[in-house]
Amino acid sequence: MKLSGSEIIIESLKKEGVDYIFGYPGGAVLHIYDALFAAKDIKHVLVRHEQGATHAADGYARACNKPGIVLVTSGPGITNCVTGIATAHMDSIPMIVISGQVSRHYVGSDAFQEADATGITRPICKHNFLINDRESIAETFRKAFIIATTGRPGPVIIDIPKDLTDPNIKINFEYKKNIKIRSYKVKTNECEDKIHDAAKLICSAKKPMIYSGGGVVLSKASAELTKLTKLLNFPITNTLMGLGAYPSSDSQFLGMLGMHGTYEANMAMHNCDVLLAVGARFDDRVTGDTKQFCPKAKIIHIDIDPSSISKIIEVDHSLIGDTKKILKKLISYTTNYKNNIDTVAIDKWWKKINSWQKKKCLSYAKSNKVIKPQAVIESLHKISKGKSFVTSDVGQHQMWVAQYYKFDKPNRWINSGGLGTMGFGLPAAIGAQLAFPKEQVICVTGEASILMCIQELSTCLQYGLPIKVINLNNRYMGMVRQWQEFFYEGRYAMSYMDAIPDFAKLAESFGHIGMVIDNPENLEKDLTKALSYKNRLVFVDVITDQTENVYPMIVNGKGHHEMHLAPSANEDIELA
Amino acid sequence: MTTIDKRHIISILVENEFGSLSRIAGLFSARGYNIHCLSVAPTSDDSISRMTLVTYCSDAKSSQLMKQLDKLVDVINVKDLTDETHIEREMLLLKVKSTLKQRDELKRLTDIFRARIIDVTDTTYTIELTGPTEKILAFIDSLGKIKIIEQVRSGALGISRGSESLEIKK
Ligand SMILES: Cc1ncc(C[n+]2csc(CCOP(=O)(O)OP(=O)(O)O)c2C)c(N)n1
Ligand SMILES: [Mg+2]
Repeated sequence: MKLSGSEIIIESLKKEGVDYIFGYPGGAVLHIYDALFAAKDIKHVLVRHEQGATHAADGYARACNKPGIVLVTSGPGITNCVTGIATAHMDSIPMIVISGQVSRHYVGSDAFQEADATGITRPICKHNFLINDRESIAETFRKAFIIATTGRPGPVIIDIPKDLTDPNIKINFEYKKNIKIRSYKVKTNECEDKIHDAAKLICSAKKPMIYSGGGVVLSKASAELTKLTKLLNFPITNTLMGLGAYPSSDSQFLGMLGMHGTYEANMAMHNCDVLLAVGARFDDRVTGDTKQFCPKAKIIHIDIDPSSISKIIEVDHSLIGDTKKILKKLISYTTNYKNNIDTVAIDKWWKKINSWQKKKCLSYAKSNKVIKPQAVIESLHKISKGKSFVTSDVGQHQMWVAQYYKFDKPNRWINSGGLGTMGFGLPAAIGAQLAFPKEQVICVTGEASILMCIQELSTCLQYGLPIKVINLNNRYMGMVRQWQEFFYEGRYAMSYMDAIPDFAKLAESFGHIGMVIDNPENLEKDLTKALSYKNRLVFVDVITDQTENVYPMIVNGKGHHEMHLAPSANEDIELA
Repeated sequence: MTTIDKRHIISILVENEFGSLSRIAGLFSARGYNIHCLSVAPTSDDSISRMTLVTYCSDAKSSQLMKQLDKLVDVINVKDLTDETHIEREMLLLKVKSTLKQRDELKRLTDIFRARIIDVTDTTYTIELTGPTEKILAFIDSLGKIKIIEQVRSGALGISRGSESLEIKK
């Protein structure tokens, strides 16, 4: 078969099973768009800003565990993608970004819309390619998919000069699935002895704790994690990225840990004697002061990335490989050692944990005058029966979703944990909704964040996406305001959102339904109504308490046992 | 592991491709490591380059650095030669001022250090010397008041002793 460079790109994508491309056209990719025009099996989603394309592809990947595909032009096209690529990179999300480049004879001449795409993206991606000849297009695409989706996943950029996509020059096309990349190594299996020893250590614990992260979602190991935890009757906490990988409604789940984690999760971390870390990377928002991190614990760390081991916290036992495979083996070994478990000690440990839970650290002062943001999330959870895909932006609202929307399944909670990118939520919801057209997708956002990618409301109309946008409107960059209240004596520099638009009207002007909820009495009724529109995007502007803070909170440089609790938390409980 | 900075000499086999060097250099700057010296050239297989790199950091940091280097898709193999028996060589090209009075002294020093004079003008000598870094430094030191016009060093090259090889077996 003889094909042009552009046709080779489209055929390669088909061979990889791609169904959606998120993109935006421009000079350097016009040949590719022309080839795409003829392609039937691949649908192209036209975003309104290239950042939106990257977040949408990212949201798609997070929802369905398939790589998200982005197609953009050279120069400003690819520079607009930088934030989205970095966002995906920080959370290890598989993504392929195809960027046009000026023709080869112009490269390096500061040509119109020339930017050094590989140079700019090098530190924020797993790998990148600049294609130099037509013959290597197909192979480069195959390599890119292998690299993006195996090992610790991540974004891969393919920069392709325009002349290589010329429709008039055709070459032989063959797509070899089995290619080797000699310099690329992924260790998927750990040696049996090491897993065996880890199982022994786990079963010797008297105060065990399991701490799991996004790696469990990425390796689709949720069932294995749940099985192991149940088998052992151990307490478990999830990171922000790991929520849903273990059912939040289960009694062994202690909630999220870290800076805004629950009292019981953080106290159990601080006091445990054996910690099993699964697909988590000891992020600073999780560990607090590393010198005080799990001071009494022997630590076992399961991860696919060798460089994650002992990077932040020195661990005693590492298991490197695919989380799912290792957990499976761990289950069979721990089954053998189950009789060694000191159940009396574990019962005693659970009593201690139950006493911490009595603090009711997530309780908050209810009100019938102002809408409490926590109440909005609790209502959403109730109305959607906890089954929705929920994306968020960054700020207080993000933490409230993490705390109050109890996710029971993986891939449902979609947020920018590592980079903390405001503007992520709405485009990510586009990707999730396209991946699951029949499921309910909710974007919980803040009045500051939503304005960073508001233009994507237009994309939602074009593709008829019935996303529900819930804007927790506190008229503040709430998270910034909270830090200024705590650490800058209430000097609210630039965190008040002046000149806020009328969001309901704004949404209407984009062709959607706009709603305002400002009365706590009507909260549940109005939210139910908003969520009941099956085929329309509804933008709900919820006017919330301006002064609410996210609790509990571990201040920078403090340990897990040094949390600030909400004024409403149960102070009477005896703690030790 | 100690937290005291020490000298690490690291060998890296990397795809001889566009961008490989910038990936490695970029990793050092992004993660706050300093490249003290670096040399690169193709291996017996010219699709593969070998780099020898010297950096100063703690053992804990260097083991993290090794993992980060190994994680780069272009990197085929990496090894910290520091704590195993290895051989190091560096080359120095030095252009010095040589007045009539200094010529004998310079000739004597080059002989002692087994260096070679490779270019001569009526006012300068250019000297070539190979050896471990300490020898290079000792030679430069020994020049005393002799004026150095230009100094070019290759940076250290390293290879492990014995029969082992970092290169891929074919
Ligand atoms: C692109 C970007 N710029 C700045 C920040 C810093 N930041 C973190 S939270 C926040 C405020 C978010 O305000 P809003 O969207 O209203 O959410 P709220 O905290 O009020 O719920 C800011 C500015 C960020 N995370 N991302
Ligand atoms: Mg706000």
